[in-house]
Amino acid sequence: MKYQLQLVFKSQKFVTGFVIFAAVFLLILFYPLLVTKNPLEMTGGLFYKPGTYVSVTDAVDTQSYKINKDVVTGKLTKSVTAEEQQLMRDWLLNYCPEVKPEEVSDAKKAYDIIELWLQYYDKTVEMEGATKAVKNQYVRLYDKVENILESEGYIVSRKNAETGEMEEVAAIETKEFVNVKDIPNRVTFPLGTDNFGRDVLTELVAATRTSLKIGLLAGTVATAIGLTLGLLAGYVGGMIDNVITFITNMFTVIPSFIILILIASGLGQAGRGAMLVAVVIGFTSWPWTCRSVRAQTISLRNRDHVNLSKLSGHSLPRIVLTDILPYVASYVVMAYILQIASGILSEAQLSMIGLGPSTNKVATLGLMMNWAMQFQAPLSGAWWAFIPVVLSIAMISFSLNLMNTGLDQVFNPQLRE
Amino acid sequence: MKGYLKYFSNKTAWYLLTLVVAVILNFLLPRLTPGNPVATIASKAVAGMTDANAIQKVYEDYTRMFGLDKSMPEQFLLYISNLFKGDLGVSFSYFPREVSDLIGSAIGWTVALQLPAILVGWFLGNLLGAVAAYIKGPVDKVVFPVFLFISNVPAFGMAIIILFVFGIYLKWFPSSGGYGFDLIPALNMKFILSVIRHYQMPFWSIVLTTIGGQAIGMRSMSIYELNADYVKYSRFLGIKDKVIVKYVFRNAMLPQITGLVLSLGTMVGGALVAEMIFSYPGLGTRILNAVTGQDFPVISGCTLIITVGVLLANLILEILYGLIDPRIKTAQQE
Repeated sequence: MKYQLQLVFKSQKFVTGFVIFAAVFLLILFYPLLVTKNPLEMTGGLFYKPGTYVSVTDAVDTQSYKINKDVVTGKLTKSVTAEEQQLMRDWLLNYCPEVKPEEVSDAKKAYDIIELWLQYYDKTVEMEGATKAVKNQYVRLYDKVENILESEGYIVSRKNAETGEMEEVAAIETKEFVNVKDIPNRVTFPLGTDNFGRDVLTELVAATRTSLKIGLLAGTVATAIGLTLGLLAGYVGGMIDNVITFITNMFTVIPSFIILILIASGLGQAGRGAMLVAVVIGFTSWPWTCRSVRAQTISLRNRDHVNLSKLSGHSLPRIVLTDILPYVASYVVMAYILQIASGILSEAQLSMIGLGPSTNKVATLGLMMNWAMQFQAPLSGAWWAFIPVVLSIAMISFSLNLMNTGLDQVFNPQLRE
Repeated sequence: MKGYLKYFSNKTAWYLLTLVVAVILNFLLPRLTPGNPVATIASKAVAGMTDANAIQKVYEDYTRMFGLDKSMPEQFLLYISNLFKGDLGVSFSYFPREVSDLIGSAIGWTVALQLPAILVGWFLGNLLGAVAAYIKGPVDKVVFPVFLFISNVPAFGMAIIILFVFGIYLKWFPSSGGYGFDLIPALNMKFILSVIRHYQMPFWSIVLTTIGGQAIGMRSMSIYELNADYVKYSRFLGIKDKVIVKYVFRNAMLPQITGLVLSLGTMVGGALVAEMIFSYPGLGTRILNAVTGQDFPVISGCTLIITVGVLLANLILEILYGLIDPRIKTAQQE
C-alpha cells in the first residue's frame, strides 16, 4: 500500500490534479471560516460590477487630503463617450482647415483626441453641408467639455430639519481625496454580485461545496451499485451474468440524461432536495462502472489463487472480497473519481434546464448557472456571474480527470511514457 | 454475406427490445414518482377559484383528460396505441397544439445541428489525438493538457463562453435563435444566409467540446497500439512510418467507434443544453420551455424522440462497425 502510494505520487499528472483539487478543497474549507456571512444574503443589487463599494455620504464626512494629481484626464475620459469621441474625429477630418490627417490618426487614446479637438475647435469655422442640428451638437459638446475642465468641485448642502432651508456643509474641491480605509461603510465584491444581489465569490464557494457533496454522493451510489453488480455478474456468471449484462447494455445506450429528466420532472418542484438529486444521478450513472468491473472480474475468475480459494471451500462473499476485490480496487478508485466528476456535471446540466435541486437554502454550481442564464447575464455583460462558475466546474472536473489519468498510467504500465 | 445478415438482425432485434424498455420507462417513470403532475397543473388552473365544487370538477376534468382515472395497464395500452398513431398528446402551454406538431417543428433543427457537429468533432478529435500520440515530445506535452482541460469544460460552459465572447463582446455572430427574428422561414437567399450565421456558434461550441474528449481517448489508444508487437515487428522489417501509422490509426479507430456508441447519449444530452444557451429552435429549447411551463406531455414526448434518435444512431454505428471490423465477419461465420 505504502509503495503504491509512493508510486502514485511520483506521477506528475496525478500530483498536478491532486494539488488543484486540494486547493479547491482547502478553499471551501477555510473560506467560510474567514468570511462568516450567509452566502445567500442579498447585499447588493442586480449584477453589480466586481470591486469595492464605499458609502458616498461617508466620503463627504471623512477627513480629506489634497493630492496633486491630474484629475481632469480621468474625468474627461470617463464622461466623454465613444460616440462623442467619434464626432470629434469626424469634425477634425471633415471640417477643420488646419489639422493634418496624421495628427488625427496618431491620437489613439481618448484623452489625446479630446485635447486635439479642443486645440483646433472653433465655432466660427464654416461647416459646409452640415445641418444646424449637427452644428449645435458640436457647440453643446464643447460646452460640456469646458464645464468639466473648469469644474471647481461641488458644494454639499443639507436640509435643516427645523427651517427647511439648505445649509452648506462642505465644499469639495476637485483635488480632494479620501483614504478608502477611513471610510467606515464599505463592501467588497471581489467577483461582483449576481442577479439577486448576492456576493458571487461567497456564493460560489458555498455552491462548490454543495456541488462537491452532490458529486461525492452520486459517485458513491453509482460506484456501489456498479461494483456490486459487476462483481456479481463477473464472478457468478451464468444466468445472473446474462441478466445483468443485458440491463447494463441497455442503460448504456439509453441516454442517462433522459432518464434523469424523466425522474426529476416527475418528482416535482417541491420534491427535489439537493441530496435526493444526487442519489437519482447515482442511480442513472452506474452502468459503465458495472461494465468494466465485470470485464475485469471475468479475467480474474479463473486465476489460480481464486481456484485455490474455491477448493478450500471459502464462501462466495469471502472469495469476492479477498481474492477479487483487491485486484480491481485500483480500477474502482479510478472509476469512482470519474463518477464524482460526472455527478457534478450531471447536476449542473440538470439545473440548467430547470430540473436541478429546488431549494432556496443552498446554491449549487448548476443553480448559479441557471440563475445567470434566466436573468440574461451574458446579455448584460455580467461575465462575473457565469464565467467563474464554468471555470470552477472545469477546474474540479479537470483535476479529478488528471488524477485519474495519473493513476491510469501507474496501474496500466502500457500507457507509461 | 450470411454472417452479416445474422449480425445485423441480432443487433436490430436487440435495439428494438431496448426501445421497448425505453418506451416503458418513458411511460412509467413520471407516473411512479411521488409528485402528481396533474395536481400541479390543476392547482394552477384553479388558482383564484373559491367554489369547492368547481375546483373538484377541474381536478376531475384534468384527471380524465390524461386518462389517470383508468388503471395503469389500461393507461399503458392507450399510450402505446396512441404512439402508433403518432399521437403524443396535447401540449399544456401551447394548448391546443399537439405535441407531435411541436416536436416535428423542432427536431429538424436539432438533427441538422448535432449530427454534423458531433461527427466533425469526433473526426477532428481522433485526428488530433493520433497526431499527438505519434509526434510525442513537446507537441504532446502541450496538446494533451489543453485538450484534457477543454474536455472538462462542460458543453453548456463552452457554449456560454463562446456566446459571450463572439456573440456579445465581439458581436461577430447573432447571439440567439436559429434565424433572424424578422424573417419568415422560406427558401430564399436572405433566410439561408441568416440560418448559416446563426448556425456557427452552436455548431463550433459542440465541435470543440467533442474534440477534447475524443482526442484524449484516441491518444491513449494510439500510444497503446504504437507499443504493440506488430508495430515493432513492422519497424524491424523496415516498413515506412507512413504505412505503420495507417495500421495504427485503423486499429485504434475501432475502439473509438465503440466509444462513440457508448458516449453518444451523454454527448447528445450536453449538446441539448448547449442548444438552450443559444435559444436554438431545437429540442433543447423545447425541453427548457416545457420544464419552465410544467408542460409534461411535451417533456415526455421530447425524451422519447431523443431516445429513439440516439438508439437509431447507435444501431447505424454498430452496423457500420460490423462492416469495418473484419473480426465480426469471421465470428459470425464460425
